Amino acid sequence: MRQIAPRGNRAPSPSPPPGPSSPAAGPLADAVAGIAAIAPVVVAALPIGLVFGALAGQAGLGAGAATGMSAVVFAGASQFVALEQWADPLPVASILLATLLVNLRHVAMGAALAPRLGHWPVAARPAALLFMTDEVWAIALARAAVKPLTPAFYAGLAGALWLAWVGSTAAGHVAGALVADPARWGLDLAITAVFIALLRGAWRGPRDLAPWAASAVAAVAVDRAGAPAMAVAAGIVAGLAVVAARILRGGEG
Amino acid sequence: MAASLPLLATLAGMAAATASTRLAGAWLASRLRPGGRAVRLLEAVPGIVLAALVAPTALATGGVETAACGLAALLAWRAPAIVAVIGAVALAAGLRGAGL
Repeated sequence: MRQIAPRGNRAPSPSPPPGPSSPAAGPLADAVAGIAAIAPVVVAALPIGLVFGALAGQAGLGAGAATGMSAVVFAGASQFVALEQWADPLPVASILLATLLVNLRHVAMGAALAPRLGHWPVAARPAALLFMTDEVWAIALARAAVKPLTPAFYAGLAGALWLAWVGSTAAGHVAGALVADPARWGLDLAITAVFIALLRGAWRGPRDLAPWAASAVAAVAVDRAGAPAMAVAAGIVAGLAVVAARILRGGEG
Repeated sequence: MAASLPLLATLAGMAAATASTRLAGAWLASRLRPGGRAVRLLEAVPGIVLAALVAPTALATGGVETAACGLAALLAWRAPAIVAVIGAVALAAGLRGAGL
């Protein structure tokens, strides 16, 4: 949920090698295998959740709101994007638009995952998709490549990460309340640093340079012109215009 | 912040927006052509959104912010996200502590 796209060189390897000789040991073993497969991701997500909880508290969210957001949204990048815009009064429409845009990648990911759930009970398929994060998606597809993806394995994956994300948010909210002056400790830079790390994960190669630069220049220009609330929207329009123009000319995009 | 109506609306709206993107893929799977124009445009969105979010702080706020973001970029290239966060925060705290 932190990375916009799974990096090729860090693709999770499917856990225990499937053996036709090893009999399917049932849902419990599958759930345990799922938890084991997601464990490294959980370790990486815990400190990010702590940071999110701390920053949410400093942005003015109560413990219930911060923890509740992690529980019902469960999408780290968009949660940090929402925090970045948190103000009084809340810019509700702007936050919702940004949430939708940041999570648009889920559409493509869901389209790839859905066929792997074809043998599941009908009611369980949307439930699985609702708990899909970048990492859960990547590990589930890797698993599906070697043996059928079972609901129990997927529940182990998604359940462990969800518990870690919600729990670390709550703990971070408590810890963050102890820091009186966040800027003095540089904590105001934490969200931007998270975005920079996410940018690293989103990097697809040199073809990203032009749209990213267009987005950055437009955002800075609008921000400097005195309309910071419009800066992100301006950047998105400028960056997408570059990509759309390339696609319309027959390029890769 | 008390559980005000705008707060609840924001949380519910974020949950609905995220749920819709997660569910839309299954619905679209048979309709969007893989590698088609719409898909290629969609794939470019995350980086563009993030660039717009980072740029004002990284490039047009102040020297401390630019330095911290530069360090975050260097660290993020090789290390997990949390290392980049800690590095940027520590550098900003150090520079501000030094009176910059």
